[in-house]
Amino acid sequence: MSRPKRIRKMTNPPNFRGFRPMGLSRENNPVVMNYEEYEAIRLSDFELNSQKEAAQAMNVSRPTFTRIYESARRKVAQAFVLGSPIVFEGGKVYFDSDWYYCHTCGCWFDRPDKEKELKCCILCGSSEIEQYKGDSEPKVKEDVCICPVCGKEKIHSDGVPCHQEICPDCNCRMIRKGSPKNKFYQK
Amino acid sequence: MKVAITSTGNTIDSRLDSRFGRCSFFVIYNTDSKSVEFIPNPNKDNLEGAGPASVQLVASLGVKLVVSGEFGAKVKSVFDSLQIQLVMIPDENKTIVTIMEMLDHKNE
Repeated sequence: MSRPKRIRKMTNPPNFRGFRPMGLSRENNPVVMNYEEYEAIRLSDFELNSQKEAAQAMNVSRPTFTRIYESARRKVAQAFVLGSPIVFEGGKVYFDSDWYYCHTCGCWFDRPDKEKELKCCILCGSSEIEQYKGDSEPKVKEDVCICPVCGKEKIHSDGVPCHQEICPDCNCRMIRKGSPKNKFYQK
Repeated sequence: MKVAITSTGNTIDSRLDSRFGRCSFFVIYNTDSKSVEFIPNPNKDNLEGAGPASVQLVASLGVKLVVSGEFGAKVKSVFDSLQIQLVMIPDENKTIVTIMEMLDHKNE
């Protein structure tokens, strides 16, 4: 029994079903690419986000994003080399961007069928609707280094391991706040 | 088309319930035959998993549209995969009758 997967957030699924290689006499078995893998490639390589930003956009941890992205790249490579078609299918995702707001009755509604464009409010039939754009900037939870002796905190800087940070007050090496090591120092 | 509306009571003058999973009653309204039925929600006092259990219930009734005040985190993706449309109404004072009238108005 593996650990349950966190639901990945994504904006919109691709509006086509997949890719097919040209000029093959017979089709190989298709490579099934999950929506979350498509989204990982879109965020990293198309929108040029850093992995940290992309992970936040998908609401997963940075290492998890890297795993999704790696598996996506492997599937693309496999399809390229073996000439297999790519089919987009499945994955544990939820779509965040397809909520609509109706200005006439003030209700929110979503679009279960991704193929169909919505023209009017499902409730009152008014055509004054707009698509919800999502939160502008997700709140970033900063990582914090903490001194195990005096408890002084400092914003963690990426790429510098916490144990290289020296506490200015007691010259002790710092550790990441919330790490399991912390429990030995709790007074 | 069958529509499920979450209701606080079992009359059509009751107000909309702002919670989906733990609402008191589901009103199943058929927009074609104009029939209305009230179903008390068995999952009202569940400790957890009230949302998904309620999804099971409305899906088994063949509902295609669900109207409520708000939906929990676990529910949205399940509805998505079942191709059921959701409507959120932030206004808690709307009665079931007004919502039914709005739905009728749309079909005219």
